[in-house]
Amino acid sequence: MSPEPGDAAVGDFAVGDFAVATQGLTKRFHQQVAVNAVDLLVPRGAVYGFLGPNGSGKTTTIRMLLGLIRPTSGRHRLLGKAMPGHAGDVLPLVGSLVEGPAFHPYLSGRANLARLDSVDRHADPRTTKVRVDGALDRVGLLAAADKRYRAYSLGMRQRLAIAGALLAPRELLVLDEPTNGLDPQGTREVRHLIGSLADDGATVLVSSHLLSEVEQVCTHVGVMHVGRLLTQGPIEEVRAVSEPRARVESERPEGAARVLRELGLTDVTFESGWAVGTLGQVAAEKVVAALVHEGVPVTGFAVERPSLEDLFVSLTGEGFNVSG
Amino acid sequence: MSVADSMAARTSDLSGEVTMSPAARPRRHASTRFLRSELRLIFGRRRNQAGMAVLAAVPVIIAIAVKVSAPSRPGRGPDFFGSITSNGLFVALASLTLEMGLFLPLAVGVIAGDSVAGEANIGTLRYLLTVPVHRTRLLAVKFAAITIFSMVATLWVSLVGAVAGLALFGGGPMTLLSGTQISMGQAVLRVLMATVYLGLCFASLGAIGLFISTLTEQPIGATIAVVIINVLSFILDSIPQLSWLHEWLPTHWWMSFGDVLRDPIAWDGMTRGLLTAAGYALVFWLAAWARFSSKDVTS
Repeated sequence: MSPEPGDAAVGDFAVGDFAVATQGLTKRFHQQVAVNAVDLLVPRGAVYGFLGPNGSGKTTTIRMLLGLIRPTSGRHRLLGKAMPGHAGDVLPLVGSLVEGPAFHPYLSGRANLARLDSVDRHADPRTTKVRVDGALDRVGLLAAADKRYRAYSLGMRQRLAIAGALLAPRELLVLDEPTNGLDPQGTREVRHLIGSLADDGATVLVSSHLLSEVEQVCTHVGVMHVGRLLTQGPIEEVRAVSEPRARVESERPEGAARVLRELGLTDVTFESGWAVGTLGQVAAEKVVAALVHEGVPVTGFAVERPSLEDLFVSLTGEGFNVSG
Repeated sequence: MSVADSMAARTSDLSGEVTMSPAARPRRHASTRFLRSELRLIFGRRRNQAGMAVLAAVPVIIAIAVKVSAPSRPGRGPDFFGSITSNGLFVALASLTLEMGLFLPLAVGVIAGDSVAGEANIGTLRYLLTVPVHRTRLLAVKFAAITIFSMVATLWVSLVGAVAGLALFGGGPMTLLSGTQISMGQAVLRVLMATVYLGLCFASLGAIGLFISTLTEQPIGATIAVVIINVLSFILDSIPQLSWLHEWLPTHWWMSFGDVLRDPIAWDGMTRGLLTAAGYALVFWLAAWARFSSKDVTS
């Protein structure tokens, strides 16, 4: 491939190792800063959970990534190419779901996908039918393909939007809240779908305001809060920032708490029925042994890995609620 | 060092361009699929089919009304009306005259208003743009579809008028306004010329609609704006004190379509009309482009 104009200017920060690389991406709407200097890095092949409460700037960031809105400042690359200059080359390899499904209400699901395919200059019209049906099948919508979109339930609409992102082979999928409106079964299916897309070698950027929903499928996470990217990286590295805690259930919680403190656990607290402390360097099995040795009756013991939600609270001092 | 920092550090060591594999590099096809898809959306939509039925009702009503009423005295009513009983083709021209004021501009306004604002309103605009469809291409295809619709709608009125008129009053040689007679074939050709001329005029109004459609996410608002501009243009055209303005108004030259019935055909008015239409189309398409090509799509 021939060298591209503008490479010199952007070459210092990102290369094709990253499916998505942004530098100082910022969007200001009038007085409000919706996205503030975000440096998003999504390695190729990753399933990147883009997390944050409603209103934290995830969708605005995604709109900038796809060239729908212009950053106030900053720059970014998709699949190693500068956007929005190379949108025509890059976007055919990017399947996207942005801020929920949107289709023509009086057309069937199948006709809506055919419409999307017909505007794609890279699509081969001879294979449209096969690809449309394949995408519908993949999201489990083939049986309802000829129903009007108007008659679809929210879950079916969401599935159709995902099918739209799968009309062509993609290297990157940008899925904004793909599980919105889906029932638990549908949510599981979407998680499974994301896994199988990643197995096929695609990079997946999936945003969600429900941490637990995506936590299980992600290899990487980035956490947004009021327009800022608080942290990002491989999920185990991000999780390692906050330490595991030991939780002891006992009818003598004050006794259990004393043992925990003596062992060197920190942040020890207790209430009626249980005591909890941060393990630090202390091995979990030593805790149980010490409790038994001290004669504290133990009815339950658990090592709690902090969830991403706990991590979020520890990073922001706030709950995972709507950002103002 | 935070996780983010360590990742950033890893990237800063790397340099150079990683190329996409040739197999993955997309090939681009030139194709009319987008335009055909647009036309299917326009003509397949029931609301628009109902609109076409309304457009067709006018020539039918005219033909029947003239047929059942007593033969009118010459000189009464709009142009062409008095001639209908002598040749059914005049129903087509009378229908165009009557629908020029509101119905045909409204029909074009509905389609033009829908073009961008309609897609923005239901959210499909963002999915078109991420396919990707280049914004310039989107506006070009949308305007092509508006122009084709404008042509089809105008031809449709003429066709229904001609069929209804010929069925009720018959055809034959046509007596022109100047008194000369032309053959039936010549007459059909001249009605067709008048129709195409008006179709192009309405399409230029459609370009104004396309521009307004890029300003809003409410298609109905864009449609109303087109109708207001159309009516306002007719009003300004009827105020003698504004005569200096008249020749620049988008609707001023529309009535020149009647010049096809002179012998020989008077081209001056229609030439000015086509230039005016082309001017409005160009200016407003470019305005739409200037507005839309850098617009934030937040719908």
